[in-house]
Amino acid sequence: MLKFTFRGVRGSIASPGPNTVKYGGNTTCIEVRAGDELIILDAGTGIFPLSQTLSPEFPLTCHIFISHTHWDHIQGLPFFIPMFVSGNRVKIYGGQDLVTGKGVQEVLSRQLEYAFFPIREAELSAELEYISLSDNQVVNIGDAQVTSVLMNHPAINYGYKVTCGDRSLFFTGDHEWPPNIYQPDDDDYQLFEDHIAQKRKSIIDAVAGVDVLIIDTAYTDDEYPAKKGWGHGSFSSSIAMARDAGVKHCFFTHHEPTRSDRDLEKAFQAAMDKHPGQPGDPKFYLAQETFTFEL
Amino acid sequence: MSDLHQRLVQMVDKMPAFPGSVNRILQMTSSIDCTPKDLVQVIEHDPVMMAKILKLVNSAYFGLSRKITSIKHSVVFVGLNTIKNLAISIATMGMLSKTGPAGLDMNNFLLHSLGTATVAKLLGKRLGVASDRATDYFVGGLLHDIGKVVFAQFMPQEMERALKRVEAEKVSLPIAEMIEIRADHAQLGGMLVEKWQLPHTLVTCIKEHHSQELNDNTSEVLDCVVAANIIIKQIEFGCAGNLVEDRLPDHVAARFGMELTELRESMGNLDEELEKANAFICI
Repeated sequence: MLKFTFRGVRGSIASPGPNTVKYGGNTTCIEVRAGDELIILDAGTGIFPLSQTLSPEFPLTCHIFISHTHWDHIQGLPFFIPMFVSGNRVKIYGGQDLVTGKGVQEVLSRQLEYAFFPIREAELSAELEYISLSDNQVVNIGDAQVTSVLMNHPAINYGYKVTCGDRSLFFTGDHEWPPNIYQPDDDDYQLFEDHIAQKRKSIIDAVAGVDVLIIDTAYTDDEYPAKKGWGHGSFSSSIAMARDAGVKHCFFTHHEPTRSDRDLEKAFQAAMDKHPGQPGDPKFYLAQETFTFEL
Repeated sequence: MSDLHQRLVQMVDKMPAFPGSVNRILQMTSSIDCTPKDLVQVIEHDPVMMAKILKLVNSAYFGLSRKITSIKHSVVFVGLNTIKNLAISIATMGMLSKTGPAGLDMNNFLLHSLGTATVAKLLGKRLGVASDRATDYFVGGLLHDIGKVVFAQFMPQEMERALKRVEAEKVSLPIAEMIEIRADHAQLGGMLVEKWQLPHTLVTCIKEHHSQELNDNTSEVLDCVVAANIIIKQIEFGCAGNLVEDRLPDHVAARFGMELTELRESMGNLDEELEKANAFICI
């Protein structure tokens, strides 16, 4: 059994209020249930409402996979209630910071420094464990496997493929296909294009054939040119990736914080009109907080 | 690994980059509009930055099955912002002094490295390598003498004696280094990049660039770097403290089907290509 529930679908910053009631204002967090295992993808503010539902399962063991350490993907971590209760086991996985050389354990210990939070890491009662991942690393969790895939963002960002039995999903974290830094008439343009094509192929190969793709779709096509290089996808780039990888269902997430529910639906409809359905197309959806999907 | 090598490997992590690139990186990155291709160009012209960034990208974090040998590829692989911040973190470590403590003129050293890189790439193209592989030839040339900077930085007195011995006794620098330091720059540089898990071809380029004999490590890239190193010394473009050689090793001459003078002449006027390297350093 593989099923997931969106607990946070907003990008960049939480955006509660009357205009975001339908799709939700919490930042990225996805609750994944793989057999008896609890796997959590990212720890944005959405991890707080998730954590409020977990007490019936105490003592629990859960596995939190951090795509990258930008605020909107870690902000809820200090409020993850199971960490405060003894008997629980919380395993936190993530990439290594290439610039500082520090592992994922840095995230929580820095968030819990005196200036930022009243409780110190040493005072957390649950058993905590940190696991730094490398690219294409497979983690076995009960009957499930989670595989890290290096994506492209202004930080080391891993997408995660979760497989359980014959079902699978892929979550990109934040991702933009690397733009070419050269102009078409520059000598190095084609060489750079070749590197991009190679990267695209390696990612598409990793995603190929999953049942569900959950993909960063921050921008409309009109917005994208002004945001190129910021590390996020657009409706068109997400649709193309879902088609190339031959997925069955594709959920657009990382909604722009300024986008109201109505504007989000308009943007979605405009994208669907621009890319009319083709045979074999995936089903496309807007990710919505508390929505559960069983594969 | 000898104690000396081990000590140098640890010290190298703290080694700063060349002054021109440090200044430029700090200046360029103070603006949010920093042009990516300019940033890449600066990194590609600094052997220390290049080596340190390739070391991290090829580290076990990513478990690459095929090693990365260029900054452009690194940008696509780990993302532009990560490369930018790696460059900033190297730049903030300080900079090598223009005249190193060992008396090795860093500007001339950089010219020699860039000149060798440029000519090695031209020789590679002449042998028909594809443009994506031509980068390996450039990087091989750029890094071939990296061991000298490490000696100059961390064993300045010994390196100064070695450089003086070359001048006084007309012995080659590797021989002088063996006498003064009990290790030569090719060995040290090769060992460093090997430890950093850089590609095997690059390791042998550095380790074997003074080998006179055909051996198991011989490759097209290595032969191009060997020939480029000799050509660039002969035309006195920059200087990295070693003697000028007047002939190619036999197996290198055989690779090109000609001797040094003929090869040099057949390349035509190198001024235009080398001027680009010169202009870059002199900005």
